[in-house]
Amino acid sequence: MKIAVLALQGAFYEQEKVIRELGAECLELRQPKDLSKTFDGLILPGGESTAQGKLLRELNMFEPLREMIRGGLPVLATCAGLILLAEKSSNDDRSWFQTLPVTVRRNAYGRQLGSFHTVQNFGDMKDIPMTFIRAPYIEKAEKDVEILARVDGNIVGVRCRNQLALSFHPELDSDRRIHRMFLENIR
Amino acid sequence: MSEERYQLNRQLAQMLKGGVIMDVTTPEQAKIAEAAGACAVMALERIPADIRAAGGVSRMSDPKMIRGIQEAVSIPVMAKCRIGHFVEAQILEAIEIDYIDESEVLSPADDMFHIDKRKFSVPFVCGAKDLGEALRRIAEGASMIRTKGEPGTGDIVQAVRHMRRMNQEIARITSMREDELFEAAKELRVPFELVKYVQENRKLPVVNFAAGGVAAPADAALMMQLGAEGVFVGSGIFKSGNPAKRASAIVQAVTNYTDAKLIASLSEDLGEAMVGINEQEIRLLMAERGK
Repeated sequence: MKIAVLALQGAFYEQEKVIRELGAECLELRQPKDLSKTFDGLILPGGESTAQGKLLRELNMFEPLREMIRGGLPVLATCAGLILLAEKSSNDDRSWFQTLPVTVRRNAYGRQLGSFHTVQNFGDMKDIPMTFIRAPYIEKAEKDVEILARVDGNIVGVRCRNQLALSFHPELDSDRRIHRMFLENIR
Repeated sequence: MSEERYQLNRQLAQMLKGGVIMDVTTPEQAKIAEAAGACAVMALERIPADIRAAGGVSRMSDPKMIRGIQEAVSIPVMAKCRIGHFVEAQILEAIEIDYIDESEVLSPADDMFHIDKRKFSVPFVCGAKDLGEALRRIAEGASMIRTKGEPGTGDIVQAVRHMRRMNQEIARITSMREDELFEAAKELRVPFELVKYVQENRKLPVVNFAAGGVAAPADAALMMQLGAEGVFVGSGIFKSGNPAKRASAIVQAVTNYTDAKLIASLSEDLGEAMVGINEQEIRLLMAERGK
């Protein structure tokens, strides 16, 4: 199995390390020509969504990737990735793929002093460590979105068709259950 | 700072990787930087080239000016305090800055001691010319490192020298027997554990960016090929003819730093680059501040 990781900016190397550790292959998406390679899933890593979104458009990768996601390519999105997928944001005019029918709040916990680590349940998985770095959360999810995790009442993990989207960074902790779930659903 | 907080601060630096952090002096410049794809901005009253030209003592920027920039953009905002000036750092923490740069670009406030960065909850980035400096700053609590380079010159030679030196020293540590690490720690004047980390992981324990003298997409790509994990651009953008275009070209060059064809097209028609000065022409070597 091959997983493509969007490698324009951010913590993509951390994702690649996890994917390889779990026995799948990895490839980096940096240019349009990388999109013609075959892969079975896509990871949208953490980083700055404005920087990643700008690069997606400038490098002409935006439209083809959106078509792939719309076409059912399995996606795991963390933090900035969630913002890229979200239909809209409650505190920002900018939006990108708009394939996930949720409203996100960017920098919902404030600046870096608001970043935190916690342990919460995720779907039917108990005690998942969660690292939030200047993270967004989901303010509103439409009907066909399955809510998998909440922290202090706010939605931080959802699934909708082929898209698994998180406010936090499972790649920064050593618990591999979420990545394993992502890979198992592709198999 | 708790261990958990330190981890979170290191992890914010991980999110900045593969990105460009740009010096800005106004909310308008901050917006241009964000729109060009900057992953963070450094808010300061005067960019290094102007600090160099103005001379005199340069200090932390006006908190009101920094707040204006915090309100203008959604990306992380960094700001500089003087080396050793822990009260300036306390002020920056009070206005919830995302990262403090304890920077040799400003006039040092202490010629002996750096700030004890472990006492703070906000993260710190510090400059380093070699492995010893980098590890000493990390021991003091820095959660991100950058080369010092020579700020405000548009001359990349010093950043290259610092990055190469760091890589060579990391390679040397990696090749040592474990019983030799004690002597290496003594030489570098750093805790044994940090040297051990470098040996086991063949890298610094925190993210390492390039800074100082980056003026063109080719400079940024050069630093990335030499092993930088991202790039700071100070005077290079807003001292040039077409800041928006140059900023965006540098951002793309950092993402695709090995694609010479792409960097060739990014380098076209960028307008005037900042006027550079060679290291032999300057009287003040900022990189020599704070070791």
